[in-house]
Amino acid sequence: MTQPPYKAPLLESPLHSRTAPLCLGNEWTRWGGYASVDTYLNTEHEYFAIRNAATLFDLSPMRKYRVSGPDAARYVSRLVTRDVDGLRPGRVAYAVWCDDLGKVLDDGTIFRFGPDEFRICSQERHLCWFLDCAIGYDVNIEDVSERIAAISLQGPRSFKVVQALGLNDCRTLKPFDMTHFDFDGGPMTISRTGFTGDLGYEFWLASEKAVSLWDRLMEAGQAYGIRPIGSRALDLARIEAGFIVPLVDFMPAGEALRPSRGRSPFELGLDWLVDFGKGHFVGRRALLAEKERGRGRRVVGLDIAGNKPARDALIYAGRSKQVGAVTSAMWSPTCKRNIAIATLDRPYDTMTEGLWVEIYVDKERKWEKAMAPCRIAARPFFKPPRRSATPPLDY
Amino acid sequence: MYLLILALFECMGAKASLREGVRTFMKSYDAIVIGAGHNGLTAAAYLAGAGLKVVVLERNPHIGGASISREIYPGFTYSNCSYVSSLMRPEIMRDLELPKYGLQIIPYEGGLTMTRDGGYLASYTDHDMSRREIARHSARDAEAYDRYANEVLRQCRFIKPMLMQTPPDPTSFKPRDIKGLWDLGRAFHDLGEEAMYDTIRFWTMSCTDFLEQYFESEVVKAHLAGTSIIGTALGPSSPGSAYVLLHHYMGEVDGNIGSWGFARGGMGAIARAMAAALEARGGQVRTEAEVAQVIVRNGKATGVALASGEEVHARIVVSNMDVKRTFLKAMDSKDLSEDFLRQVRNFKIRGSSGKLNIALDGMPDFPAVPKDCPALQGDLHITDSIESLERAYDDWKNGMWSRRPYVDMMIPTLLDPTMAPDGKHYMSVFVQYVPPKLADGEWSTEKRDAFGATVINAIAEYSPNFKDLILHAEVRTPHELENEVGLTEGNIFHGELTFDQLMFNRPIPGYAQYRAPVRNMYMCGSSTHPGGGVMGAPGANAAREILRDLKMGGTGAA
Amino acid sequence: MSAAFDVIVVGGGHNGLACAAYLAKAARRVLVLEAASDVGGAAANREIAPGFTVSACAHLLHSLHPKVIADLDLTRHGLSLSASDIPTVALDTGGKHVVLRRDQVMESLTAHSAADAAALPAFYRRFMSYAAVLQPFLTAVPPRLGGGGRQDRLTLIKLAWAVRKLGRQEMREFLRVIGMNVADILEEAFESDLVKGALALDGVLGTSFGPRSPGSVFTLLYRLAGEAGGLRGALAHPRGGMGSLTQALASAARASGAEIRCGAPVARILAEEDRTSGVELRSGERFAAPTVVSNADPRVTFLSLLGAEHLDTGFVRRVSNLRQRGLVAKLNLALDGLPSFAGLKEADMGGRLVIAPGIDYLERAFNHSKYGEYSEHPAVEITIPSIHDRSLAPEGKHVLSAVVQYAPYDLKRNWDDAREAFTDLAVETIAAYAPDLPRRILARQVVTPLDLERDYGMTGGHWHHGDLALDQLLMLRPVPGAAQYATPLPGLYLCGAGAHPGGGVMAAAGRNAARQVMAMEGVA
Repeated sequence: MTQPPYKAPLLESPLHSRTAPLCLGNEWTRWGGYASVDTYLNTEHEYFAIRNAATLFDLSPMRKYRVSGPDAARYVSRLVTRDVDGLRPGRVAYAVWCDDLGKVLDDGTIFRFGPDEFRICSQERHLCWFLDCAIGYDVNIEDVSERIAAISLQGPRSFKVVQALGLNDCRTLKPFDMTHFDFDGGPMTISRTGFTGDLGYEFWLASEKAVSLWDRLMEAGQAYGIRPIGSRALDLARIEAGFIVPLVDFMPAGEALRPSRGRSPFELGLDWLVDFGKGHFVGRRALLAEKERGRGRRVVGLDIAGNKPARDALIYAGRSKQVGAVTSAMWSPTCKRNIAIATLDRPYDTMTEGLWVEIYVDKERKWEKAMAPCRIAARPFFKPPRRSATPPLDY
Repeated sequence: MYLLILALFECMGAKASLREGVRTFMKSYDAIVIGAGHNGLTAAAYLAGAGLKVVVLERNPHIGGASISREIYPGFTYSNCSYVSSLMRPEIMRDLELPKYGLQIIPYEGGLTMTRDGGYLASYTDHDMSRREIARHSARDAEAYDRYANEVLRQCRFIKPMLMQTPPDPTSFKPRDIKGLWDLGRAFHDLGEEAMYDTIRFWTMSCTDFLEQYFESEVVKAHLAGTSIIGTALGPSSPGSAYVLLHHYMGEVDGNIGSWGFARGGMGAIARAMAAALEARGGQVRTEAEVAQVIVRNGKATGVALASGEEVHARIVVSNMDVKRTFLKAMDSKDLSEDFLRQVRNFKIRGSSGKLNIALDGMPDFPAVPKDCPALQGDLHITDSIESLERAYDDWKNGMWSRRPYVDMMIPTLLDPTMAPDGKHYMSVFVQYVPPKLADGEWSTEKRDAFGATVINAIAEYSPNFKDLILHAEVRTPHELENEVGLTEGNIFHGELTFDQLMFNRPIPGYAQYRAPVRNMYMCGSSTHPGGGVMGAPGANAAREILRDLKMGGTGAA
Repeated sequence: MSAAFDVIVVGGGHNGLACAAYLAKAARRVLVLEAASDVGGAAANREIAPGFTVSACAHLLHSLHPKVIADLDLTRHGLSLSASDIPTVALDTGGKHVVLRRDQVMESLTAHSAADAAALPAFYRRFMSYAAVLQPFLTAVPPRLGGGGRQDRLTLIKLAWAVRKLGRQEMREFLRVIGMNVADILEEAFESDLVKGALALDGVLGTSFGPRSPGSVFTLLYRLAGEAGGLRGALAHPRGGMGSLTQALASAARASGAEIRCGAPVARILAEEDRTSGVELRSGERFAAPTVVSNADPRVTFLSLLGAEHLDTGFVRRVSNLRQRGLVAKLNLALDGLPSFAGLKEADMGGRLVIAPGIDYLERAFNHSKYGEYSEHPAVEITIPSIHDRSLAPEGKHVLSAVVQYAPYDLKRNWDDAREAFTDLAVETIAAYAPDLPRRILARQVVTPLDLERDYGMTGGHWHHGDLALDQLLMLRPVPGAAQYATPLPGLYLCGAGAHPGGGVMAAAGRNAARQVMAMEGVA
């Protein structure tokens, strides 16, 4: 019998029996109603395992929606801003979806399983919106989040682990490819996707088989330095990879109380995800108008002088005029750069010099303000060849 | 332009004469406040804080008005009118230093609705917990709730700044009113085009229609709809009932938007703290001093005559009574224009609520709800469909108390140990709908008891041992609320909160800025903007207007 | 793409025809496509028995816009009134009926209540002055808020100015009553239940309101803003039934060169490269045109004919949340002679006979509709048009036309099962005042909201293509994003009752839409 919500407000991931004993520091965070490991014990070690060996991250709290039916392709095509007609079965695409005003509601990945079957994965819940979008479509939307577990295997040696499991077919998987295997008598999907900007694979399978897969991966990875990682280490890797996160780097339009907080794909620097040529999609008319008008601000990467992480710092043009703010920042141990993701008002988003970041530095509870010069930098900050090399490089 | 100049002359004249008055009559009071309800006390405390010599005259032997707790049954303290606190403006609590005078607000956990089939739906302060709970009834509604709450919070953001503002007069050309309207228009404009439309819809549509846009589960809708009918003469399907949903979100406890709390020691603790704040500022409260009439000389209020025959004089008279009581009972009709009196008579103040206060020998069982469910601390309901709310309303329209009433039960003693002996409990039962006048004649003791029995039986259907635990029950219909508390027709908000009686229409168009038609007389009760609920805003706003007329602005009134 | 037509109008109801006539008059090549075998939509006649003709749905003119009559020269095209400024008779069970005719104090009113007789003229004048504030907006394009342009701001300023012009006292009163319920406002002014009931009916007729629902005063004002036979707030009978009006509109449209095809149901509105390109009939036949104007209701237009694929989700959600739940049925009777209403003078028989004896009667009738039931004691608006117009029935015989409220579309019982019982109830309700009515019935017919949906294509059987409530009026009608006749899809316009200013045989929506189409040519 399941516990009433007041006794168990948080859901347990199907992998809880494996992650909980390993979470020695007992540091948890909430993610979409689940208890999710923040740090197992040492964020630094977990981070370096991503860049040096192989890591496992419990991705099960991701929301997963199955979209099927005769109108599934038309449905997805209207939902997201990018072209998905060209997305072949067996391929995965990163996409954003917008409201009528062209403001981004969330981002996620779209898996095409067949001509009439898709799966949309996102961090936040969108059942209501997806059902709204289904009005007038012969399509079935199903929230399969709790039925399907997911494990992310990331790191330069992740292919070695895959090989050790005997899944050699993954050798030919290019980034954003997926393939299917039988696992313990059930279907398992492996996609070459991830949130680290490194070589990596994501495994999707029925929740009740997840523990068995986790055990096999841990065992197979033993020889390659595998270790589980929490969301804090993952967050460092994603900043280096230049990925933005809703509720961190921007406010999803559906959740913002202030209408001016909504951000268009152009403002998020995701112009490449908008395809005006594919026919109508939600927000198209508003985005066309914005394209003509010009965007008001933009998300950019920053390279900041010094080595003090500029978390939540304000950005100035010429030391006095506030022109934006940092939304994610870190000292990148791999790049040896002080990097950040920030939103800058136009026209400062193209300024080549004269931008300053105001950083508050904690010197043993004595706070000091430092003004650091910064410049706009290309993302991803970290882009190793192994990220996209197919077959995977021996590392 | 002519109008503008005329208006300027008018207010200059008023100010000059007021200041003169303050100088010549220093030996009497500067201000009399009629009624020691929370708004009267708030206004008085602000005025006293600005240096005025203030007296509050209260008819009853106790203070508080509807913010009261009393020992009606030995050992038990009843909050026998209002029963929860969240709307109380934090700026007032700070300005008047109420915590220093003993006020402590304890937040409580959500609430629940029991269903006919023996289940329940709870709401909790924890977001994930609430979502999982709603998902037990509908997975879709669990997600729709976030969307719904966001929309309501957007409306709150728009409306909140207006609570502590004097409504601008849309017919006036005074710079202040024009600025007020401009600010209002600007705040509206700042919502953005889409939200502007949504806002108009939100303020004009019915609660049922609004909820239908989000939810599919009947019990989820009923659980939320309850807040839209409390104290109103509307049903959940009446247009204009949606915005009342705001009330549940507008409140806060220590900055936690939408959370509700108990005043430790009962609602009287609020009035007690206010009275203490008033006294600390040099003001004075006189109980058992019933005001019979406001004395008007040469078109100016100069004081009041008490029922005892005593006269108390002051330069300013402020009424915390509702607008009907103030102008139709406590004033001579010759001092007011017939047109104004007609409008006062037309003011809609139909009561629709009743209250039971029950001393319990122990915690009642609710078989539908696990004993350890924390939502039992909160509002307990037994109405599980919009249709039953609507039918309850139909009874009221027909001049009957609802045969299956909507009840908002609370057991504050689960959190507040001061209100009942250990192991025993006090239960507050708010009841909707109860008419001020019955179709078959006046209220009588027998009818009151029959009404009480209806409510108790309704609760007993969900709690088998409830009746056995009852040690004492106080039953209050609109008749009692009128005669004992002084609420005309038993209306808990001093007047219905419909469009025609909100903002610049409240209480009477043209008199929405706390000034009565008689000079030196003001209104500070819930009949004025922004209306009822233990908010304190009308009192604070009235004090600010008075000090403005006295050219004493900016002295602490927010 | 070359096209034989500049504009295609989908649906030949009165608004579609008015729109077509305006556009044709302005030299646009117009094609009207009507699904039924004749034009008219809900403003049509029906022969309920051989030789008996009755206005099938709408039966009285109160708001047909005078500009439309003049601009389209409808009189020349055959429109005439068989009776104008007909009185309203508040039927009393005791036979002491009260006659109401705008602000005129009739003898029966004075006899019934001297106080109400004294109060009526002032009340009427006051409400007519408020209605006059709204009147110009019936023929204006509703303004957009915030995102709009100069014209939108101008319209808003005009509205504010019109309110200001009332004067300080009246402006205050206007701002107070505008959101009120009609019961409260009538309680303030009158004492007689019969008078209040009859006046309240105009605040709730065709709406989903009861007299105690806030917003019903606005509906009343809205109705008073209309005019008929040159008189504001008056009622008139079109000669030859309501169908003659639409025939006149059709004639006016044809005379200006519009082509009208009946029996041509449109299956789809076509779009290419994000703009309208034409329509496709159910037969598969296609017509190309750069502009399509839809007289169909918004839900049908957007969700059935166009399809969500050309629209944004938030917009689609708004459309699907549109409240469009009809609450009115129509009773049509063929009679072998005039029924005798006890106590009713013969001279008043030709009036609008109203069964709404009191606010509580109406409110209780309304209560049922909330629970998917029809009223046990419905409110009824009766006319016997054959008294004025002998062409409608054989010699010595008559037709009776009655609007029966409340009869909700979403009846818990199936309408097809409940039809006979409901018809009996409606007849009995009238027979309480005219006992010989049942004996005189030669044929009877009821048009339920379900019939309205099935036979006239109105979603939910709603006369007004959507509730006339404050949250669905002006810039909110039918939904934001389509409230200025133009829709999110360039080239597609609305011209039906679902658009501002709504239903009630006004033809204002058709006229306004035509003007907006022309104003936006070259823009979109």
